[in-house]
Amino acid sequence: MSLVVERLATTTPTAAAPPLRAIGVSKTYRTPDHIGRLVLEKIDFTLRDGEIVAVLGKSGAGKSTFLRILAGLLPPSEGHVEYRGQPISGPVRGIAMVFQSFALFPWLTVLGNVELGLEAQGVSAAERRRRAVEAIDIIGLDGFENAYPKELSGGMQQRVSFARALVVNPDILVLDEAFSQLDVLTAETLRNDLLDLWLERRISTKAILMVSHNIEEAVDMADRILIFSSDPGRITAELPIRLPHPRSPDSPMFRQIVDQVYTLLTTVPGRDGRRGIKPEPIGVGYRLPDAPVQQLAALVEKLTEEPYHGRADLPHLADEENLTTDELLPLLELLQLLGFAHVSGGDIELTVGGRSYAEADMLSRKQIFADALLKNVPLAIHIRRVLDERPGHRAPAARFLRELEDHLSEEEAERVLDTMINWGRHAEIFAYDDDDRVLSLENF
Amino acid sequence: MEQRWGLPLIAWPSRLRPNLWDLVALPLVLGMLALLAWGGMAMGTHYQVGEALPISLDPRQLPEYALRTVLRMGASLVVSIVFSFPYAALAAKSRQAEKILIPVLDILQSVPILGFLSITVTGFIALFPGRLLGVECAAIFAIFTSQAWNMTFSLYQSFRTVPVELTEAARMYHLSAWQRFWRLEVPYAVPPLIWNMMMSVSAGWFFVVASEAITVSGQTILLPGVGSYIASAITERDLTAIGYALLVMLIVILLYDQLLFRPLLAWSRKFRGDAGAEEYDVRPWFLIVMQRARFFDLLQFAMLTLNRGFDRAISGLSRRWTPAYEAQPASPAMIRLFDIGLLGLASAAIVWLFAFVREQVPGNEIGWVFLLGAATALRIIVLIAVASLIWVPIGVWIGLRPRLAERVQPIVQFLAAFPANLLFPAAVVLILRFELNPEIWLSPLMILGTQWYILFNVIAGTTTLPTELKLVASNLGLRRWLWWRRMILPAIFPAYVTGAVTAAGGSWNASIVAEVVQWGNTTLQATGIGAYITQYTATGDPARIALGIGVLCLYVLVFNRLLWHRLYELAIERMSLD
Repeated sequence: MSLVVERLATTTPTAAAPPLRAIGVSKTYRTPDHIGRLVLEKIDFTLRDGEIVAVLGKSGAGKSTFLRILAGLLPPSEGHVEYRGQPISGPVRGIAMVFQSFALFPWLTVLGNVELGLEAQGVSAAERRRRAVEAIDIIGLDGFENAYPKELSGGMQQRVSFARALVVNPDILVLDEAFSQLDVLTAETLRNDLLDLWLERRISTKAILMVSHNIEEAVDMADRILIFSSDPGRITAELPIRLPHPRSPDSPMFRQIVDQVYTLLTTVPGRDGRRGIKPEPIGVGYRLPDAPVQQLAALVEKLTEEPYHGRADLPHLADEENLTTDELLPLLELLQLLGFAHVSGGDIELTVGGRSYAEADMLSRKQIFADALLKNVPLAIHIRRVLDERPGHRAPAARFLRELEDHLSEEEAERVLDTMINWGRHAEIFAYDDDDRVLSLENF
Repeated sequence: MEQRWGLPLIAWPSRLRPNLWDLVALPLVLGMLALLAWGGMAMGTHYQVGEALPISLDPRQLPEYALRTVLRMGASLVVSIVFSFPYAALAAKSRQAEKILIPVLDILQSVPILGFLSITVTGFIALFPGRLLGVECAAIFAIFTSQAWNMTFSLYQSFRTVPVELTEAARMYHLSAWQRFWRLEVPYAVPPLIWNMMMSVSAGWFFVVASEAITVSGQTILLPGVGSYIASAITERDLTAIGYALLVMLIVILLYDQLLFRPLLAWSRKFRGDAGAEEYDVRPWFLIVMQRARFFDLLQFAMLTLNRGFDRAISGLSRRWTPAYEAQPASPAMIRLFDIGLLGLASAAIVWLFAFVREQVPGNEIGWVFLLGAATALRIIVLIAVASLIWVPIGVWIGLRPRLAERVQPIVQFLAAFPANLLFPAAVVLILRFELNPEIWLSPLMILGTQWYILFNVIAGTTTLPTELKLVASNLGLRRWLWWRRMILPAIFPAYVTGAVTAAGGSWNASIVAEVVQWGNTTLQATGIGAYITQYTATGDPARIALGIGVLCLYVLVFNRLLWHRLYELAIERMSLD
């Protein structure tokens, strides 16, 4: 314990203040025509000493932006961030970050990469070497000091990245989906190694903030989970996890928390931030989920079969069908959007519509899908109406893109329209010519 | 051994002791240094404008001339690098600067070098009165203008595309601005830069003849060099001398390739993130000599130490600044103001230029110059079509045979680097002998040197074709025309477009030397904008030179925007295999 106290005293401006605090942080991105688009809205958050906090949410919810603002890489549009009680205005000494894509310098050896941060701080060559070798040793990379990153596997590369972060003795460690590009086993090993270092206090880091898209990973590591909603990004729920380490993913308590996270993630937030059961009516600019129709059909079919019979526990389903959270969540959203299923309390249940879709043959499925789109998805209704009204029954895609850009960022608008075009072509509610980028009712 | 591949991490003093390899390396290097020094001294000799510099056609003079030419080439390469870095860095870092710098670069790229030469030479001579150095500088500047632009473009592209997470990591770990530039952006930019340097040197060889024969106040100065040797040989109608020059050129290009570019390319591989498995991993012999010999370790050690000191000094200075958020874009009002200012300047320049040209050139001549441009454009279109018809099938044939392709590729690269204008005299002799129409038969000269880009890229495109695709094609029983139409042509389209763009660009530039060709006192001329520019460069008529170059640039830009750019987009979007 005395060691901890000593560390606290030496590191920072005001060691007593919480490591990181976000106060009323909002972020607006300016679109080309200077209309602001709100990505994060008034977030208050405090990272406390001795805890690991995981941020979960749909992709595109602004988690990464939030993390980068806290790390000092991006300025907030409103509000401010405090590091140990001091407002920050850029990357701070004491915060180290590990990136999703490792972000190693390919022309530097392992040792060179690890030493880089120290070199930037002006640490002497001998001291640099000593500390780098120590960090490499601690993270289990000894023997690879002189290897180049491209000679290493993904897992080893991410270890280098961790060594580079730890060598500067960071007060706070920030992980941006640090395990998401590794295969399951490699990710788990690395995670456990990091947890051991943390729990045994072999590293001086006093708080860890991580963004993740893997629910089990978050429940396994974190002392607290933040759930992010999208449009704009907000913290909609906070879930403390008081299970002792090491946590067993098969224990009932663990399963129960995973269940709870699924429930929180799949509950559609109601008006003024309250979580309601009934989703709000959606508009043309709704961020359609990135779900492929083929997977939708396969999932609905699975759900009608053994052992589910139209009803499934989400974590169980994800596990059995080998779906990551990033794949499952959009599918669930689409199912709900089309009225094919209800999702609540971490469970999914097919509706009558969903069942008849599952039982239909390929052609009738198309018809059911088309009907559901034209009944429930405003963008589909809008496109169809415009095409019906136009004399030639043709309209350029750019026309709809511009409308979407009133609500979404450029890339997001493009993604949403692509998704819609994909669904629409599949449902045969309109045709699309890729060369001219024109939507039409040709051949119908 | 793998460790010694790149810069060593730790230079142990024990490694600095000499070994056997030094016996090879030391004389090589000292010899080169001595030659360079001697050549450099020769550049600084006294000279008065009006003095004639005798160029001897004795082949024994050729090695000396070759050295002088090589020195000019090297000097302009260095100048190009020195120019490229700040220019590209500024364009990449500042949105405002980018708006003006990049279009300017685009235009500069299409301005033929003869234009630069005639405009700048008097200034350079005035800079070093009584010395040959002024004329040398003008020549070096002319070569520079044929080399710098694409290197700058490549650097700019690299600086702009440094992966975001690497930049973020650099900021997160508090690398100073200098360290970010020197440790991240520069290494990232090195491999494409070296490829572009190779392209640049090829372009430089092509114009070496033009840049060594400089016309000042109606008198032609022939700087000692291979280019002047060839120019003299042409006036003397000496085919044997041209043969010697060809041979020397061949050797020089081979040496440049072996001593400079092969080692550089191999070295630059270390800066690439991906393993690049498809590339054959040969170490050039000269790099091996350099890496084995202790002498180079010593040199490297000295350089590294120097660099470290420099690095530390600058980093120490720049560390004083507190880290902050990336600079935010200026306010919309400021940006608009800047744009308006820029637009105003541009319109003023257009009005002034127009007035300048109109003062001297009658209106119908301006129309005529546009027609001349169209004539040259027609030639280039036909030539590219013909070259494609010839080289696409051959390229595909070679590309389908990987072993052959591996052997042919370096040869094609070499052919592209070889200055095709050295062969022009032969063409003239043929045209005279058979009394051919110069309007038609001078045209192939434009594409003589640039056609190889088509072949090169088609071969590359075919070899990278996935095996599965070829198997599917044969499985489906695609034959002949169907196989070409549905499979191979779409598959190589992106590579072909790249090659054709390069070839067309090079041909526009070459039109200036190819539309007027001399042999002794016989001059063959084709009707075209290249001939127009050459003609008025010889008589020194600035308004008409400006007009000719302006129209040529306009054609090149319009072609790029309307044709090549669109084909390129199409290729990327529809036919890219990944």
